[in-house]
Amino acid sequence: MDAINLTIIDRNFIELVKKESGENPYLCYQCGNCTAGCPYTTFFDYPVSQIMRLLQTGQKDIILNSRAIWVCATCETCTTRCPCQIDVAHIMDTLRIIARRENRVSEKDIKLFYDEFLSSMAKYGRIYELGLLLGYNIKSGHIMTDADLGPKVLTKGKIHFLPKKIKGRDKVSKIFERFKDRTRRDGR
Amino acid sequence: MADREYAYYSGCSLEGTAVEYDISVRRVMEALGIRLSEPEDWSCCGSTPAHTVDHLLAAALAARNLTIIEKMGFNTVITPCPSCMMAFKKAHHRMKEDIRFKDEVNSLLDEPYNLNVQSKSALQIIIEDIGLEKVKERVTHVMPDLKVAPYYGCILNRPPEIAQFDDPENPLSMDKIFTAIGVEVCDFAFKVECCGAAYGVPKRDMVNELTYKILSMAVDCGANCVAVACPLCQQNLDLRQQQVNIRKNTSFNIPVLYFSQIMGLAYGYSPEEMVIDKLVVNPDSLISSRITLSQWNEMKAREAEASKAKKKEKKNIEKIEEET
Repeated sequence: MDAINLTIIDRNFIELVKKESGENPYLCYQCGNCTAGCPYTTFFDYPVSQIMRLLQTGQKDIILNSRAIWVCATCETCTTRCPCQIDVAHIMDTLRIIARRENRVSEKDIKLFYDEFLSSMAKYGRIYELGLLLGYNIKSGHIMTDADLGPKVLTKGKIHFLPKKIKGRDKVSKIFERFKDRTRRDGR
Repeated sequence: MADREYAYYSGCSLEGTAVEYDISVRRVMEALGIRLSEPEDWSCCGSTPAHTVDHLLAAALAARNLTIIEKMGFNTVITPCPSCMMAFKKAHHRMKEDIRFKDEVNSLLDEPYNLNVQSKSALQIIIEDIGLEKVKERVTHVMPDLKVAPYYGCILNRPPEIAQFDDPENPLSMDKIFTAIGVEVCDFAFKVECCGAAYGVPKRDMVNELTYKILSMAVDCGANCVAVACPLCQQNLDLRQQQVNIRKNTSFNIPVLYFSQIMGLAYGYSPEEMVIDKLVVNPDSLISSRITLSQWNEMKAREAEASKAKKKEKKNIEKIEEET
């Protein structure tokens, strides 16, 4: 692991995370309970307790470029078990939001899957599962993702070939538009 | 005649890959005297993808549905999918805690949400509003071969201050329901371990590793099937079970049923009515031994009679031996 220079502390970053998450990362005393229970820790580059420590020391770049913040599935184990009642999963969520805003995405496939999900939602109002999967496969370049499941899903009649469009889909897409306008206005 | 009526938000998964969950929940609720009313023109809750973009956007996408339900005049909505339920609960919770956040969310909506709707899982309604006595009363059939590992998944009961139901580490609602309907429950240690959630598509290997652990634990605790209350858990454990077998060189063949399908079978619905054929791993061998409750009681009475007779005979022999 690389050495981390703890004398360069990005205090603005700490304040931003505190403000956006509503949580106080300084309450963490590094007991490691979150990491002990985290089902994803073997897939993380930095275990969640280390992300908390990196946050306390304002290591913005390491955190926002980490894989951990994208691989976290918000399973809430860390939040449930934190003895200091820190909503750790919410902090991870907030870090991911900030990383996305700054266009730092260490796990491009995960982000692409989320984006395809939301564009399906904005278009039809509900999720069009087949369209979501095909869109992901084409854009990610992993054309054969879950091709093995195709026969199972098709013979079971579990997937719709056409999207279910709701009447109020314009109302849903308007929520996305208003949100975009707002972010533009805030200069984010 | 319905005793109670609730709003019912099925969510996108229950229209597609989890249609058997939707059908079985509706039928079981009907059997328990609950009428369900679907909000007109509901939209997707936003699920995980929305809260990776922004908490405000996530809350607004969820709250659009809560507004519709509020306008229908309901104060409780049943959300069988834990992901939808958590999206609704978090939106409601944050809007309630922070009045400025509430105003911001409402500024993104056509019509404001006024914090009058509680979202609850079908399990919570069954335990708290219907009660185990009634759950038991309705039983017509017994499935003596089922040994269930009750798998709750990660967000059905967590985080506790938002979920507000059952225990976050050792939830018992499904255990209690199965015990009430006469189904054997195994002592399963991975009740709340995460299955990999929405990462099945972008991170399949990771999901296969996580479900491998859960399936192994289910087999190790002596279960011959897993019961779930979440469409993603079901999909990852059942539809992707063969992927696990290939990756880990295992031979899992353990059926993964929705808790509502098991309840329905105990209530006399046919496997067709519980849409059992939509499951990938076939549970037929476990449920084909299903008998009616009266047949079961007769069998048990005969067994008791036989053991009583045996004891009597043994006593007689001992008596004769003593005398001689």
